[in-house]
Amino acid sequence: MLQSSISQMSRNDMNQQEEQQRNVRTHAIDPDIINKPSNRAMLDNEKICIEVNNFSFYYGHNQALKSVNLKIPEKRVTAFIGPSGCGKSTLLRCFNRMNDLIDHVRVEGEVTLHAQNIFDKSVNVSELRRRVGMVFQKPNPFPKSIYENVAYGLRIQGIKNRRVLDEAVEKSLRSAALWEEVKDRLDANAMGLSGGQQQRLVIARAIAIEPEVLLLDEPASALDPISTLKIEELIYELKSKYTIVIVTHNMQQAARVSDYTAYMYLGELIEFNDTSTLFTKPWQKMTEDYITGRHG
Amino acid sequence: MTSISQHISKQFDNDLENIRSQVLAMGGLVEQQLTGSITALIESDLEIAENVIKSEFNVNRFEVSIDEECTRILAKRQPAAVDLRLIMAVIKTITDLERIGDEAEKIARMAVRLSEKNAPKAYYIGLKAMGNLVNHMVHDALDAFARMDSRAALSVASKEPTSDDQYVAILRQLITYMMEDPRNITSSMDVIWSARAMERIGDHARNICEYVIYFVEGKDVRHISIEEMEKEVNS
Repeated sequence: MLQSSISQMSRNDMNQQEEQQRNVRTHAIDPDIINKPSNRAMLDNEKICIEVNNFSFYYGHNQALKSVNLKIPEKRVTAFIGPSGCGKSTLLRCFNRMNDLIDHVRVEGEVTLHAQNIFDKSVNVSELRRRVGMVFQKPNPFPKSIYENVAYGLRIQGIKNRRVLDEAVEKSLRSAALWEEVKDRLDANAMGLSGGQQQRLVIARAIAIEPEVLLLDEPASALDPISTLKIEELIYELKSKYTIVIVTHNMQQAARVSDYTAYMYLGELIEFNDTSTLFTKPWQKMTEDYITGRHG
Repeated sequence: MTSISQHISKQFDNDLENIRSQVLAMGGLVEQQLTGSITALIESDLEIAENVIKSEFNVNRFEVSIDEECTRILAKRQPAAVDLRLIMAVIKTITDLERIGDEAEKIARMAVRLSEKNAPKAYYIGLKAMGNLVNHMVHDALDAFARMDSRAALSVASKEPTSDDQYVAILRQLITYMMEDPRNITSSMDVIWSARAMERIGDHARNICEYVIYFVEGKDVRHISIEEMEKEVNS
């Protein structure tokens, strides 16, 4: 009796697994969804910082972004969510042309930063990257002192005045909510900091050169919950000064920190909406299925 | 009507399904209480009245256990979108169901008092129609909840003004009796309390319908007129 019910259960499990696999396979994008306008966010009262117009991106023959249209408002936090391989990191990296470093890539359409196309030949890429800073998933401090890590960008800009550097380092570390923890050991090697501290140090390094935009690619996914909360708190503080775009796999994180959220799937922008609407009453069924854990 | 596909986590599906069926079980019990209390009142059946009063605690127990289950899901799953709306709708629905249970208990107590006083039947015969109306409203509201049908919910909610009208009519009638002979006042007051309880039950049924609409459509239709509600559901 028991045995038969167990085998019954495992049969059910198998059926469920098969069904699940079928579901995953059949989740191609419905053309109706594509025809529905994906941009639902009301941006009338926002200044637009980055504008993405009919933007497509190819790795060789592989199209990673399919004619994306999106406006990123200034001094707000915009989150990109979506399953792995949906193109969210690719799109983020396009914003400071990080993808230039990869061979055989091709772009169509345009991305403008304050109305200037960043793919224009006249754009100085180093200057673009100064204006659009980036922080990655794994903290990557230089094997130098804490002080030198933060001062690095300024030194490259030719600033040598010790007083100016001191002030900038303190200001950046304070903004990154790290100053109190490291002020007594600025000469210590940055590699000796904890993961969460290293990530905040990298953010301090990024903001030391006073960028306009901060791109955060999974900034907290390698951190423990407390460090994650510190980073989230920091994002909240920083948005008064910077436009922040964050890619995250943690949907609760997107819900907590962002003002606007874009859901992407297979290189398409499915829905762009203000965060509170997207997480309570999404416009697209696909978004709903993803954020409630029904597919993805 | 909405259909909801399954979660990747089957356990989550089971949890939500379990909560929904518990709400319906609680609703079934409340409906039974309500039908019983109305029968007890109209037919002066003391046995049924005592049963209703005695089993009220079962409704309360349901409320507490469903509440706990919802809290557990919120903590463990951090539901979003339709799942979050379901949990919110459930938490609110069971509060209204529990209140309906309380009102049914009140009606049962009034049934006992009226039969002890031997009040003339003519006093409370008007309660039968009103009792039937609110009983149907509760039944249909739970049905709309079970089927996640916002249009059915709307049609139930639109009956609520009728129960208000019936309450006013009963009130007028009873005021006449009281003016005819002040010795009728105590019995008349008991009838008025019963009618009042029924009117409140109609309100609670409408609230449940509003939660169903919120859950299905994602639109908050509280504190607006029935016409505005219709517009929201049909838009």
